[in-house]
Amino acid sequence: MSATTSAPASQQGAPTPPEGALQATLAYLTGQLRQLGLFIALISIVIVMQFWTGGVTMSPRNVSNLVIQNSYILILAIGMVMVIIAGHIDLSVGSVVAVIGALAGVFNNKMGLPWLPTIILCLAAGALIGAWQGFWIAYFKIPAFIVTLGGMLAFRGLAQILLHNTQISPFDETFRKIGSGFLPDLGGGTSYMEPLTIILAIICVVALVVLGFAARRGRSRNGLSVEPFVWFLGKTVFVSALILVVAWRLALYRGTPIVLVILGILVIGYSAVMANTVFGRQIYAIGGNLRAAELSGVNARRTSFLLFVNMGVLAALAGLVFTAQLNLAGPSAGDGFELDAIAAVFIGGAAVTGGIGTVGGAIVGGLIIGILNNGMTILGVGTEWQQFIKGLVLLGAVAFDVFNKRRVNRSGS
Amino acid sequence: MTDDAILEMRRITKEFPGVKALSGVDLVVRRGEVHAICGENGAGKSTLMNVLSGVYPHGSYEGDIVFDGDVCSFGKISDSERAGIVIIHQELALSPYLTLAENIFLGNERAKSGWISWTRTENEAAAHLRRVGLHDNPDTAAIDVGVGKQQLVEIAKALAKDVRLLILDEPTAALNDDDSAHLLDLILDLKDEGVTCILISHKLNEIKKVADRVTIIRDGRTIETLDHAEITEDRIIRGMVGRDLTSRFPDRTAQVGEELLRIADWTVHHPLHRSRVVVDHANVKVHAGEVVGIAGLMGAGRTELAMSVFGRSWGTNISGTVYKRGEPIDVRTVQAAVRHGLAYATEDRKQYGLNLIDDIARNISAAGLGKLSRGGWVDQNREHVVAERYRQQLRIKTPSVSAIVGKLSGGNQQKVVLSKWMYTDPDVLILDEPTRGIDVGAKYEIYTIINALAEQGKGIIVISSELPELLGICDRIYTLSEGVITADVPRAEASPERLMQYMTKVREEDHL
Repeated sequence: MSATTSAPASQQGAPTPPEGALQATLAYLTGQLRQLGLFIALISIVIVMQFWTGGVTMSPRNVSNLVIQNSYILILAIGMVMVIIAGHIDLSVGSVVAVIGALAGVFNNKMGLPWLPTIILCLAAGALIGAWQGFWIAYFKIPAFIVTLGGMLAFRGLAQILLHNTQISPFDETFRKIGSGFLPDLGGGTSYMEPLTIILAIICVVALVVLGFAARRGRSRNGLSVEPFVWFLGKTVFVSALILVVAWRLALYRGTPIVLVILGILVIGYSAVMANTVFGRQIYAIGGNLRAAELSGVNARRTSFLLFVNMGVLAALAGLVFTAQLNLAGPSAGDGFELDAIAAVFIGGAAVTGGIGTVGGAIVGGLIIGILNNGMTILGVGTEWQQFIKGLVLLGAVAFDVFNKRRVNRSGS
Repeated sequence: MTDDAILEMRRITKEFPGVKALSGVDLVVRRGEVHAICGENGAGKSTLMNVLSGVYPHGSYEGDIVFDGDVCSFGKISDSERAGIVIIHQELALSPYLTLAENIFLGNERAKSGWISWTRTENEAAAHLRRVGLHDNPDTAAIDVGVGKQQLVEIAKALAKDVRLLILDEPTAALNDDDSAHLLDLILDLKDEGVTCILISHKLNEIKKVADRVTIIRDGRTIETLDHAEITEDRIIRGMVGRDLTSRFPDRTAQVGEELLRIADWTVHHPLHRSRVVVDHANVKVHAGEVVGIAGLMGAGRTELAMSVFGRSWGTNISGTVYKRGEPIDVRTVQAAVRHGLAYATEDRKQYGLNLIDDIARNISAAGLGKLSRGGWVDQNREHVVAERYRQQLRIKTPSVSAIVGKLSGGNQQKVVLSKWMYTDPDVLILDEPTRGIDVGAKYEIYTIINALAEQGKGIIVISSELPELLGICDRIYTLSEGVITADVPRAEASPERLMQYMTKVREEDHL
């Protein structure tokens, strides 16, 4: 999670009387239990998996695979968390992935369009699909559950129609790069570590530190309270370390996957949108209390409509990445993706009733699922057990949330 | 005296966090009488009935309930119903898509080891319906009968439970005159059959017609119980409003300027019962620097008037014009209303006013976010500075503006709502029950804020159920009765009795 952004769920730290720096910090951390718990869960899972798989989980090749194979779920989770914060849901994204894959196949393979027009047309098609669903949800007030359940069936059918129930393959070389390509290797493929990855990671860390301090300074200049320095420092060091470790592993393999760059831009961009823009505010507002938001002058219909257009575009992007990775468009592509994305969002701390959640949380939630999947596959655990365990993890995460909330409420009143 | 009492409530005291709703209320109801309970909104009538019917379980209040000679300790509603006490709330509670018969025996099914006997259900339902004067097929869905009949079905449902004490909370609030008259006759019929009845009503003419005795409650206390011979409308009004008005309100000298807002010929229909007129050709105006009150009893259409003006947030088939400084303005959406300098602070903070799971700063900025943002990006530092300014100015008691609004007390939540609208810098503020559910100290602070806003030349419309409050802070008071503005009274000529008369005035030219 970027240190420059924060959202309501992360600001619940109950300010305390200044008894001492230590107590104050501890009290603040208790308020951040949810965020802290999520990160601790992620790290614990990585460590346990690393141990069980005999070091395979964090091997350079596997880290690269982890990023690439989870990218489309993470892209979906970004759109999904926004939809869920607004109090809606989108069940259709898996089918949209299939339709977009099929369209890409028709454009790129059958019609021979180059990669760029293919991508642009597919993203536009995603926006159109989103607008269609958003129209019924926002302006006709049909529950999103119904509209997108309909979409889930209809778009799956549409994908099969487009593909005549067969597969389309292959795609051109450049198009495939958005799924499985890497940034150019500055070391010419001979260096011990790929230099560009390390350089990018260092730029990210420097930006993180500089922006973090700038935000702190901005707050104190305005006479506003800042989070305890220990917490800020810990968070910055932790995120920096995470970036550097991942970069180190990637650099030992083939460098930076292109899809990681896309994902990075999306995470930073959408985190900022949710935390810093009027649009983001309106999403939290309509999810937190729709009537109050409307009576405060929020155009809830327009916000909901735009949310689904956005979800459509992100689902289309996920479809492009997935298709490019497989180098194949198939009628059953994306089956069940919607459930993985929704699970990631809720593991990441979003509220079922809307109004609470963060993009960063959804990403961490997605990573937890992804690493569990990956680790269990390495260990040779069957998919039936993987499903079973994922289900329990989802229930456990939300139960922890509910328990945590109840505890806070009890101590609060 | 107590021999013929079916119900005796002794020294009932009920506290909510921060508010003492009832303090030592006594009530004696005689067997076979119709006993009316009167009091202003918020006097504690509903709380008292909730205590009686077990909505607030035994142990959550102090005092004793003696029903039919036994001290009762109801833990839940079904306990009181088993004893024969049935309450019919003013919001009808029929399940719309179930049939009348199913509704009548809901939770009380005619069943043998879990299997419902439909023959018995329908036969007995038909019998109960006939008792309340309905000849509808018990197989009709509840939604397909009118509001008036639904009220009667509720009573049939109570009869099916072998009711001995029937409590009716504002039974005629939603009914037209014919249905009301029919209902009152039914109450008298049931009385002849031996059913004791407690009637809560604002309509004094109805009370006069059916009640044997009246108990008046004010500020959570029993004021007096009147015998039949003593019941007159003036006598009841005096009991309901009589309290001192001294020094509960900050001083202010009004400097009334030009006309700011005029609502002309405003008519609103109910969104579900589209033929029902809720606001009927209302005319309201407010000048710069003026505090105008709207007085009306529950269901008079006060909130409906305000919300329909504010971006058509309530009602259908709305007609009329809103003028700002003499020019007609478009207030068809909330955005347009805000743009034209209107603000509406709701009576229901939790449902309509606040995002309770978000922090104070974001709630304060919710309506004026445009002022804090450039190109869609919110300046969060300035947002916090603004919130901090209101925290100090309005003395919102919180350690930080990053605290979650849901954890504040009612008074502080109300200040957050006021801050939100003050930040939009409106010309006219409509404040709907601005002091509901908050303690006396916080009320004084809210009045001070209202005065300060008026001094800045803003026009203020205050909707309130508390007459002393309106008399204490308003320059002029409109009274609203059944959607009709019945009077426009300057403060100098206003008295609680006079206002109450206008507020309870029914359109006598239509019906008697």
